Parts: sequence; C-alpha cells; structure tokens
Amino acid sequence: MAEAHDLKVIGTRPVRPDGVEKVTGRANFGADLYLPGMIHGKVLRSPYAHARIKSVDVSGALAMEGVLAAVSRSDFPEETDDLGQNVIARDKVLYHGHAVAAVAASTPLLAEQALDAIKVDYDVLEPVLSIDQAIADGATLVNEQMHTNGDASQPASNIAAITKFERGDAEKGFAEADVVVEGEFRVPMAHQGYIEPHACTATINEEGKITVWCSTQGHFDVRTQTAAILGTSISKIKVIASEIGGGFGGKLSVYLEPLAVKLSELSNRPVRMVMNREEVFRATGPTSATWCKAKVGAKKDGTITAATAWLSYEAGAFPGAPVGPGCMSVLAPYDLENFSIEGLDVLVNKPKVAAYRAPGAPQAMHAMECVIDDLARELGMDPIDLRLKNAADEGTQAPYGPKFPAIGLKACLEAAKAHPNYTAPVPEGCGRGVACGFWFNIGMQSSAEVLIREDGTVIINEGSPDIGGSRASMCLMAAETLGIPYDRINAHVADTESTGYCNMTGGSRTTFATGMAVVQACEDIIAQCKERAAMTWDIDADQVDWDDGQAVPKPGVNADVDPLSLADIAKTWGRTGGPILGRASVNAQGAGAGFSVNWTDLAVDRETGKVDVKAYTAIQDAGRAIHPAYVEGQMQGGAAQGLGWALNEEYIYDDNGVMENAGFLDYRVPVASDLPMIDTQIVEVPNPTHPYGVRGVGETPITAPLAATSNAVRDALGFRVSELPMSPPRLLEAIDSQEG
Amino acid sequence: MIKVVFPDHLMPNTEGVRETEVDCDSYRSLVRELEKRWPGIEDVLAKTAVAINGQIYQDAWLETIEPSSEVFFMHRIEGG
Amino acid sequence: MSKLHVTTSVNGQPEEVLCEPHQSLLDVLRDELGLTGTKEGCSTGDCGACSVTLDGRLVCSCLVLAAEAEGKEVGTIEGVANPDGLHVLQQKFLEHAALQCGICTPGFIVAAKVLLERDPNPDETTIRYWLAGNLCRCTGYDKIIRAVQDAATELAHEA
Repeated sequence: MAEAHDLKVIGTRPVRPDGVEKVTGRANFGADLYLPGMIHGKVLRSPYAHARIKSVDVSGALAMEGVLAAVSRSDFPEETDDLGQNVIARDKVLYHGHAVAAVAASTPLLAEQALDAIKVDYDVLEPVLSIDQAIADGATLVNEQMHTNGDASQPASNIAAITKFERGDAEKGFAEADVVVEGEFRVPMAHQGYIEPHACTATINEEGKITVWCSTQGHFDVRTQTAAILGTSISKIKVIASEIGGGFGGKLSVYLEPLAVKLSELSNRPVRMVMNREEVFRATGPTSATWCKAKVGAKKDGTITAATAWLSYEAGAFPGAPVGPGCMSVLAPYDLENFSIEGLDVLVNKPKVAAYRAPGAPQAMHAMECVIDDLARELGMDPIDLRLKNAADEGTQAPYGPKFPAIGLKACLEAAKAHPNYTAPVPEGCGRGVACGFWFNIGMQSSAEVLIREDGTVIINEGSPDIGGSRASMCLMAAETLGIPYDRINAHVADTESTGYCNMTGGSRTTFATGMAVVQACEDIIAQCKERAAMTWDIDADQVDWDDGQAVPKPGVNADVDPLSLADIAKTWGRTGGPILGRASVNAQGAGAGFSVNWTDLAVDRETGKVDVKAYTAIQDAGRAIHPAYVEGQMQGGAAQGLGWALNEEYIYDDNGVMENAGFLDYRVPVASDLPMIDTQIVEVPNPTHPYGVRGVGETPITAPLAATSNAVRDALGFRVSELPMSPPRLLEAIDSQEG
Repeated sequence: MIKVVFPDHLMPNTEGVRETEVDCDSYRSLVRELEKRWPGIEDVLAKTAVAINGQIYQDAWLETIEPSSEVFFMHRIEGG
Repeated sequence: MSKLHVTTSVNGQPEEVLCEPHQSLLDVLRDELGLTGTKEGCSTGDCGACSVTLDGRLVCSCLVLAAEAEGKEVGTIEGVANPDGLHVLQQKFLEHAALQCGICTPGFIVAAKVLLERDPNPDETTIRYWLAGNLCRCTGYDKIIRAVQDAATELAHEA
C-alpha cells in the first residue's frame, strides 16, 4: 500500500466532476426526464393499517376520459416475495399507505382524480401498532403464517425471528462486578428523509424491451427486483440511474418501477411516477422503532466484567428488521469476556422498514452507550477513559465472532482526549455527552472500465450511483494510480447495459469496492501502456516502468528515448494495436470496520424543554480519506441526522395506525438554524485490504450521535430521559415529573 | 486443524454444535467437509458471511485457509 | 376548465404559457418551460428545494400559482450563472464541497443569492436563519454556511 507521504492527489480537495451540473440546475434527477407522449401514474393507497382485500375494481377509473391504464394485484404474477407484496398488496393491506392499485392518465391531476373511481372492498382488521402489542399473549397476527424462526411446531407469532449472541458467562461476570448499571430505552421509527421523493419513468416497446429511468442507489438491483415482480427476464430490462437526491438506504428497494412498467405496457406510453412527500413518509423508508434493555457490570477500576442486551425491533409489515446488525454492533467497541445479547424481529402494521445508514446500529448502540455513560458516572471516571480501558483493538475478539484486524477505535479515543473541544471545560449551563460509534462496512461486487480518448484523457465507466461525491473519489484514485492530473479524468455512472455488474451504493462500499475496481482497471491501462511503449522502443515490456504518468525505460536499460505519456501513446496507438481500454471487476472482501467518537455540548431550556446544541465534534477512522471534504461531509451529515433523530424526529401514529405527521412541517428534520458548525477530525488507520487504505465512511457517522446527545441531556438535566426523541414536550414532561 | 465457530442462528443446522475442528486448507474444502458432516449446510453457508482470522468475507469461495486459523461464520451485513 | 394565458419573464426572457388555474409556478417552470433545475421536495413549502425569486423576493414556487406570475419577473437557478461563468456562490459551493447529493443545491443557491443581495455581510446566525427554510439532509449545513460566508467575503472584495 502507498504511504501517505507518497501520495500526490489522494487527500486533496478538488471540485467534483459533476459539480457544475449540480450547482446550475442542469443535473437530471429522478423526476426530471421528459419523453414524448409521456403520461403520469399515481398510486391508490390503503386507508387502513390492516385489512383483508375482498375485491379491487379499476373499471371506473378506466372509463374516465384521459385515463389510459389501471393496474391492481391481478395484473402481477401471483407467486411473489415480500418485496412484491409490498409493491402491490395481495390478500391483505398491511399498513396505512400500502399500494393497492395504480392508474396512468394524461395529467397528474387526472390520475389523482381517477384514483377516486377505483372501488376497493375491505374487511377491516385490528392493527398491531407496537412491539408491546405485537408480543402480548393473544395478539392479533400481522401474518397468520409467520412462526418464530420458521418453527412451524410452535403457534404463529408476530415475532419473526429471535437472534442470540453469547460468550462466557454473563451472570458470573455480573457477580464479579463492583458496580452494575442498567437501563431501558425507546427509539422511535424515523425516516431517512432524503429530499428527493421516489421517482421513475418507464417505457416498453413493441418487442417487450423495457427501459426504466429512476432515482436509485442501485440500478442493477432495480433490474433484478423489477424483473422478479413482473415475472420477466432481466435481459428485457435496461435501467438508467438518474442523479439521486439522497437515499441513506431508503432507495435500495423498488416501490414504483414495476407499477410504471405495467402501466406503460397497458397504455403503450412512457409512464412517469413521482411520489409526493406524504407518500414517501407513509409508504417508504422508515427504520425500526426499538425497545432495548442494556446492562453492564464493572470492577472499581473500570474493567467491564459483563454486559447484556435485549433488543426488540419493529420490522413493519414484513420480517427483516435490522436487529441482526443491531446485536452485532451493540458491544462492538468493547473487549469483553462475558456477554449475552438477544434480538427480536417483530411484525407490526407499519411500513416495511428499509435500510437506513448503518441499519440497526444507532438504536442498539444508543442503549449500550447510555448505560456505559451511566457506568462512568457511577465509577467517577471520565467517559473516554472508561472506554479506553475496555476498547477493542487489533486482535480483540469482536462480540460477533472474529478477531478485529487493524482498527482505529483507540486512535479515535486518544484523539478525542487530546482535542481542544474536549479539554475545554463544559460551557456554563451546558451538559456534555460522549459516545462511540461503529459500523462493519462491506465490499461486494463492482466493475469498472477505463477508456482512453485519442488525446490521452480518461473516462471511467462504473456502476455506483453517485450519492455524495463518489465520482470525485474515483477520479482521485485513478489520477493517483495513473500519475496524471485529476482534471484529465471524468467518471461516468453507466447504465445496466453499459458497464459490468455492480452492487448498490450502500454499506459504505462505493469508495472502497468500486474504488478498488477503478484502481485495478487503471493498473490494466498501465500494463498495456508499458507494452505499447516497449513496442515503440523495440524493447521488452518488462524493461519499461510507469513513472509519474509516463512510460520510461527501466534504469540501466539501454534505450535512448523520450518518455511516453498517455497522450503520446494514444497518438500512435493505431500503430501499436489500436485503442486502449482497461477493465477490472472485483468481489471486494475485507472492508475494514469503521469506529468513531462523538461528543456534544448542549443546553436544555427548563421552561420550554427545547435543546440548544452549542457544539458538536466527530472523530472517525476513515482508513484513508480520498477526498477529505466529502469524508468530513459524511461525518457532519451523519451527526445532523443523528441529532434530528435524538431531538425531534419520530413517526406519530393515531390509534388506527395512521401517521399523523406525514410532512416536513410536522416530521421535523434539522434545519440550518438548529445546528452549530460540526467539527470533524479524520483519523487514518489504513485498511490493509484496499490499495490506498480506504475504509467505508458513510454509515459510522450516524451510530454515535443518538447516545452522545442523550448523554449530554443527562449531564445537563441531572437525570436520564430514556425515550427518544427528546423533543420539547417530552423533555418538559420529564422535567416536570422530576421536579414533582 | 482449524477452529470453526457457528453463530446461534446456524446451530439448528449443526445439531447444536457451536464449535468444531476441521482439517482443510481452503474455504472450498472446509465447506465440503461440513456438508459431509451436516448434509444441507452448504446451501445455508452460501448465504452466510465468514471471518477467517478476523478478515470478513461476504463470499470466501476462493480463499485458502492456513493451518491453525480461526473461522467464524456470521450474519451477512448489508447496509444503507 | 379553460386554460389561463400567463405572460411573465423568466431569468430576463419574456415567456408566455397556457396553464391550468390550479397549476403551481413550480409545475409550470418544470413541466411547461422545461426548467427542471427547480426541484420538488414536498410541495407544501417546507423544504425550499423549489426556491425561486418573484420580483426579487424569495418564494417557494410550489406555493405560488402560475397565474400569480403574470407580469412579474421570475428568477430560477438556471439564471444564476452568467455568460462569463458561474456565480461566486456556485463556485464557493463547489470549492467547499457544500453539496453531496445535490438535490437541495439549486434552492440553497437561489436563497443565498437573495440574502447576499439584501445583506452583503451576514453573520453566521443570520445565514443560518435565512436558510432555515431550505432542507439539506446530507451535509449537516456546515459546509453550506461556510460557502455562503466565503462568497460574501469574495463579493465584498470585488465590490
């Protein structure tokens, strides 16, 4: 791996290649495509949280002038998986907002009006709206066929799965402890809150060839999912990823695309579908509401002797809450001999949860990091010292099994201890809270093709939708590898028929895995350039070096020639075998775990319950920051999302399972005036599996803020508030009840 | 011999065995040996991540395994 | 229902459009005039992605009826850069990496431009409150605020 001091381009902060398009309004996002003859699709959504569908009749809509197509469950193959049942309801609607039918009409307004002409006959059932209700004896079943862990010998249950992780003997560990602390915490359902609603346009031609333009984190996944739901072959579908206006995990699954394709097929027109914000809240996204219990015991010197966690996650209407990663991350920062973790995946009549930035980790780590903070208080230890005393390091056996390779947790903790924002005293009237963050990060499959123009400039083709500046990091890694200036390279997110297969932009994998493919494709270019130079010079290819963007004879090789740049080689490539293109594909392993330490200083207004965040600092191990400004941006953005979740954001449901705050006015994400500057420090403990040492950085930033904020409120108030969000009414209620 | 550890959710496939030892030199030979002991487990392992001496693989099919390695099967991680 | 004939000016160019009485200025800009740089994030005036100016005043175009643009000057993101190149704000957003996904960026730039026209030297708090009607979910606002501060400094130098 290249050492930091050898790097010329990596670590600089150039303007992103797609930047001008995005600051001038030229960039095309999901809803920005216009096709001749295009019509508009809208979805009819369930008014009930739980009901059996007796019949759906779309004939009234089809009879309206200007309505060109209408679809319901009978238009899709009966055999389908959970995703298919989420895209269009089958025998039951499972949450308020579940799609039941869709129409396409000449204008969006007409399509909206046509929804009123669709007749649906429901048999309304009692909704299951919380974990407490779902796991109670005699609970109504969301899915009558669901048995815990698939064990059909047991009665059907709303608990889809129970997961356990254990090591050593927790009870013995607690017996050895001098201090035992425990707590019980609730974190609400929250939405990813991307500013761009889901949008797509689909068209199908006379031979059944389908083209879909859409805003997605993974256009290859859109192809797979859409083909499966329509019962067609992926070879019939081309997916073009538009620019994407935020995703955070919420744009990994299809919602509209199969409906748009079917409507296009029936109308013989291109069909555009765009959700409104209310639909985005009611029918997409959210992550699990959770109910977690955590307990930890330690010796007087701070050595943790045992820990337990009970983690219960709402999955929404289909199994698949991210409780597995919750269990695996809850104790990841610590070196422990005795622990026991149990996780429950619980069905409720709410939208099917989707991945949200480090899915499952923020909720679980909130519980444990709060209890660790209480332990530090009990022991009279600095919260960073307590964590340093027990911190996982290279060789520590992670709670989820394997031994950690090189990780940056201790480096982050030490950087925090020395940071001026930490050594400064807590401001008058404020509380300070610290927490650790963690995410696994993943690799998976990516492809890249590197094309050379006749003038020696470079085009990178790859398949990872650019959600936050990844084109810039691809160009930086290519510039470093090829030894040419950054501005001679452009990166292009190619469609499913113009580049090799690529997994989604998610799991913090893009700069790591797609970056690895880009570096290898550039190495392929270099190998070919050396051969072309050797041919030009009449020497052997192994007598050629690639140095600073040029082919040169190796030292000692008797060749009295001028170096050949990429442009020189391109100029005469007709003589040496034709155009040059490089390619590589990887199934990248060894993504390298990401750790962070965050703290915040905040004040609570005891009259109003409002929290004023005065300062926030995030420190994170990035392995190596390719474009440090975009790494900082991930850290700052994750902090803001975490603060929003901790302080304001929540789904509020009425007794019928209808979300009462399905808009940005009432589901209040942080605005500029809510936040201070967010200070960042990037720690670099290189990941040995990546050619430049990259670790994923996108998800770790949201794993510490919930607990850091909770711990700061605890410090400010003098007592703990265990239910998020710590919104003004909830804090006021807590303050009033404390003050009696 | 290498040490192989299964997580809770795989123990129904191993007759409740959490930890075992296998003589093998590659991931492929490991899976073949486990399939011999517990028929059907290969399909389950295909959907499972694995850590070999701490390095996590979503798919370790091409990996060699040094003697005295530790192999942990684990949930596959996805992400947002 | 018959369509309305609206005569307006967009980024200094006269425009005539036929629109439905219910159509928002946002819909007409995007669907009739093809100016898709103005984005729709909520259509309830809460996110600011559709920020434009109407006779120099910052508005959410989703809350303005197209018919209200009759005889007025509309300014959109497409009119911010000039023939010489990017506006200072656009340049500073790029230099500071003040965008990640970029969907909110047009709205922020239109809003920040109106701020700097009214108050060439705003402090951080003023910038934060002026931009409080524009949601960004990616950046945590830090780099956006710094880009606007830097643009203000540069514009003051140029003046």
